[in-house]
Amino acid sequence: MKILVPIKQVAALDEDFEFRDDERDVDPDFLVHDLNEWDNFTLEEAMRLKEAPDGGGIEVVVVTVGPDSADEELRKCLAKGADRAIRIWDDALEEADPVAIARVLAALARKEDADLVFAGVQGADHAHGVTGMALAGLLGAPHAAVVATLDYSAGSKSATVRRELEGGTYASVTIQTPAVLTLQLGINTPRYASLRGIKQAAQRPIELLTPADLGVADQDLGAAGSLSRVRRMYVPEKGRAQMLEGTPAEQAAQLAKIIQEFRGEA
Amino acid sequence: MGGILVVAEHRAGELRGVSKELIGLATSLKEAAGGPVKVAVIGADPARFAADLGAPGVDEILAVRSPGDDFDPEVHEAAVEMLVAETGASLVLLAHSVDSLGFAAPLAIRGGYGFTTDVFKVDRDGEDWVATRSGYGQKVNIEIDFPGREVVMLTIRPGTFKPPTGTASLSPRELAAPAVTARSQHVGFEEPAAADDVDIAGANYIMSIGRGVGEEDNVEMFEELAESTGATLGCSRPIADSGWLPKSRQVGQSGKTASNCKLYVALGISGSVQHMAGMKHVETIVAVNTDPEASIFTIARYGIVGDIFDIGKELRSHF
Repeated sequence: MKILVPIKQVAALDEDFEFRDDERDVDPDFLVHDLNEWDNFTLEEAMRLKEAPDGGGIEVVVVTVGPDSADEELRKCLAKGADRAIRIWDDALEEADPVAIARVLAALARKEDADLVFAGVQGADHAHGVTGMALAGLLGAPHAAVVATLDYSAGSKSATVRRELEGGTYASVTIQTPAVLTLQLGINTPRYASLRGIKQAAQRPIELLTPADLGVADQDLGAAGSLSRVRRMYVPEKGRAQMLEGTPAEQAAQLAKIIQEFRGEA
Repeated sequence: MGGILVVAEHRAGELRGVSKELIGLATSLKEAAGGPVKVAVIGADPARFAADLGAPGVDEILAVRSPGDDFDPEVHEAAVEMLVAETGASLVLLAHSVDSLGFAAPLAIRGGYGFTTDVFKVDRDGEDWVATRSGYGQKVNIEIDFPGREVVMLTIRPGTFKPPTGTASLSPRELAAPAVTARSQHVGFEEPAAADDVDIAGANYIMSIGRGVGEEDNVEMFEELAESTGATLGCSRPIADSGWLPKSRQVGQSGKTASNCKLYVALGISGSVQHMAGMKHVETIVAVNTDPEASIFTIARYGIVGDIFDIGKELRSHF
């Protein structure tokens, strides 16, 4: 049995940054990268099933669509125990929206014949919340989003999930497998990689593929396979808090006054 | 040009508030769309919501009968696809909600619709719809367009648009949802029992802690600080996920809304969209954060750039 875990190298802005000349994205020199926070939880959930008494035959495969810098995030997953890591890239994917990314992942999921796919609910950078469920749609697989608890035994034909709804409510759902699930933060407690794991991961191979290797057609690739296009990116005019200045003691005194006034004591 | 289709959302027999916000947005865009505004609701007895969905500017209410009343992604995908064809809409508005996260993307692919999510601004530019959402942890705004797409589907950020003023009585047109083979089954709703008797929704003064507390052992000093200043202690998601405080104290979209709060002191909370959804309406927000660029400062009335431990220690001496 195989669990596919698509991961993302997310980008955050440096303190000062500039836009590209076409103003459609930030100049990549001003981006800092990390593994998407959600992906620690999806990998952990796959590892949890693998390490369960009935999980002996489970293979955990992590995959990302990204340039070579994304290898670093795949190695973090190998260090935590993933069996294989795959990176897919072609420069045409630079213009891909989350749906176009999902088209590549779908081609890979078919090739790998995955039984379960665990994707993060969203990326920490743009928070689309699209890729995982788009992948499900492309595969025609049963799907459930924002899963906070998963109850599944290897080989079973169905799973029971608790979807985390708004306002602290959950919906309990049974779902046929194979299935694609997006998993929410807090579904488990992700492990840290051991030093030994990190060392070993540095030596492990990362399988490199192109969309062409997977048979992704030109009309599905990058901008052509996207359902949206970034027209412009800009820094919004934002409201700004009135800053309470001074030493910590002076700042705290001002905060104390606000609290006391609220309580009618000042 | 086509009109606008709104898909209203309901849960456990109640229409969700965001549905009316979608109607407010749709009616404000009606002229730009150059077509009718139609509001659909999908459920076992959908007509019962019709009275709540009528508003000036709404042309038709479509009550789509489905076998079950609870959300099912496959039923929604098939039903909304049918509605798009039926209404000829050029713009489809859904809530950016947990349910939409479960069905909108597969539907957009199936229909070949232009598609993006968590939108807080919608404009018409000539013949094109333009949606604005945020990116890079809400530090930039991104304008999105949909070249070559005849239908555009957007999920709209809750709490952004105003419900329409006034009501209008419309008798709904009833339709049947296309039959689908269910592949998942709603079992039931669960509201976990509160681990303590805290009432975030009822509290008028909340002091809330986030990632900035660093580690579990530090939580206690903020518990004491909240108590000594008369606050109810709340927290952001990472604190509850780590089990440092019970989920019943979590403020935000998947936690509780600080409905009656008048003073909110956010300590070490950077301000995710999800957290702010539960507290941005509070009249007086004071945020303490080491990062001067933290999002929380864009909604706070007062801000302190500083270390929550230093500020906390100094604050304690005043109470």
